[in-house]
Amino acid sequence: MLDIALIPDGGLAWLDASGEHADLVLSTRIRLARNIEGYAFAGRSREGERLRVLAQVRDAAQRVPSLQRGVLLRVDDMPVQDRQVLHERHLVSRELAGLDPRHAVRGGAALFVAERVGMMVNEEDHLRLQAVRSGLAIQSALDAVMRFDAELGAKVPYAYSSEFGFLTACPTNTGTGMRASVLIHLPGLVLTKEIGKVLTGLQSMGLTYRGLYGEGSEVVGNYFQISNQTTLGQSEEELADHLNKVVRTVIHSEHEARRVLVRDAGYIIEDKLWRAYGTLRFARSLTFDEAMNYLSGVRLAVGLKLISGLSVYTLNKLLIFCQSAHLAYVEGRALTESEAGVARARYVREVLASEAST
Amino acid sequence: MLCDVCKERDAVVNVTHMEKSEMTLLRLCEKCASERGIETTVTPSTSKHLVGEVLQSVHLQVSVAQGESLRCPFCSMTLRDFRSTGRLGCARCYDTFETSLRELLRRVHGNGRHVGRTYVAPAPVAGREATLNELRDRLRRAIDNEEFESAATLRDQIKGMDE
Repeated sequence: MLDIALIPDGGLAWLDASGEHADLVLSTRIRLARNIEGYAFAGRSREGERLRVLAQVRDAAQRVPSLQRGVLLRVDDMPVQDRQVLHERHLVSRELAGLDPRHAVRGGAALFVAERVGMMVNEEDHLRLQAVRSGLAIQSALDAVMRFDAELGAKVPYAYSSEFGFLTACPTNTGTGMRASVLIHLPGLVLTKEIGKVLTGLQSMGLTYRGLYGEGSEVVGNYFQISNQTTLGQSEEELADHLNKVVRTVIHSEHEARRVLVRDAGYIIEDKLWRAYGTLRFARSLTFDEAMNYLSGVRLAVGLKLISGLSVYTLNKLLIFCQSAHLAYVEGRALTESEAGVARARYVREVLASEAST
Repeated sequence: MLCDVCKERDAVVNVTHMEKSEMTLLRLCEKCASERGIETTVTPSTSKHLVGEVLQSVHLQVSVAQGESLRCPFCSMTLRDFRSTGRLGCARCYDTFETSLRELLRRVHGNGRHVGRTYVAPAPVAGREATLNELRDRLRRAIDNEEFESAATLRDQIKGMDE
């Protein structure tokens, strides 16, 4: 079984709600896609090649300051439940975790987790370097991941061309290989039905949005992942700066939408949010989607200062720990869907009750 | 609220326009928005489709110009493989399919030239073993892809190094 205690902060330091706008922005994540010279990309490589990629990186990692006091997890050796836990923590992609039934986990799939940065090995690209921060913290994440990249790139030879930049398996990542994304909670814009315009606006500005788990995932609980769409023709700083500015205007719009809600539909909203809280406090079974939607309501209520004594950190923690693989991990056994519903409701009740009494 | 441009119809879209570090907010009606290429209906995340479509159109042109004969000498990928997966097989594919990729990248990113961090790889410490392993991988791949001619060449090369 996966020993989460070995992972620095459980890989969840970004949950602590210490960052700017942490009530709205769950996390800022920047990843760089890199490949090592001399091997086919992971999707086309043989297992032997992928294992040599891993061996080469593991060897180099010992001399990379950013990875000191980190751990290396062999994702390809793990049972599926553990891979799900890592995925629910946003530490690995669905692809690396081999959770798609059509594609088993790849031999050589691995994950480095250190205090400030992490890295997936043998994902679609050989290396996916990443830094995740609480709240809106694009510069901090960028500094960390760029420093890590410089350190590692001095030890292993990246595939690079002066014309196209860093060479990646998918042409949508070529160039900087950088995807900077901000996971943001926008219930006000959803409730006022302004969200469509905002999302359309993002697309006209070279940005895109995805659901809670990144590419191909659904939007649940009013969480949107906003990120840069293109990676070539602009520098890392320009891409990051652009995202930062646009996200700040989205935050402004969200606050505006909340003001409108309170002004025009005060008691309706207040009633709706307290009902969400009441359901979470007392329900005996909750599906994941239900939990996400009610938690979204409670988060909005905390933001509007309708509910006090409940921290954003607690809400963030609930978001991660009420997912199925986490519930099963805590129970120490596989759960059926109905058992997970009961375990989820019990966990949420306990956490909310303990906060309410403090 | 009226549209900032025509001042006639109701504004339905807020558009943040950005140039250098100047930011202006425009409120546009449906018509003025669409004249600026802004869709006012929300479409689901389109990145995949966009790339798919662009790939398709670029490939159509390329397959006419170059045929399907191009094959990456390192990973044996063909344009047909690329079209079906949307993923390149290795760094060398960027040389092999340079012409079509240059156009594709320009269309996907609106710009085809890297201006981000520049990079110089560390001096190679690759010894004989690494090269041999690399050749063996290429041999296995060539056999998988039933390219017996290049497999024979690779086998001879490996033999030569082993001696």
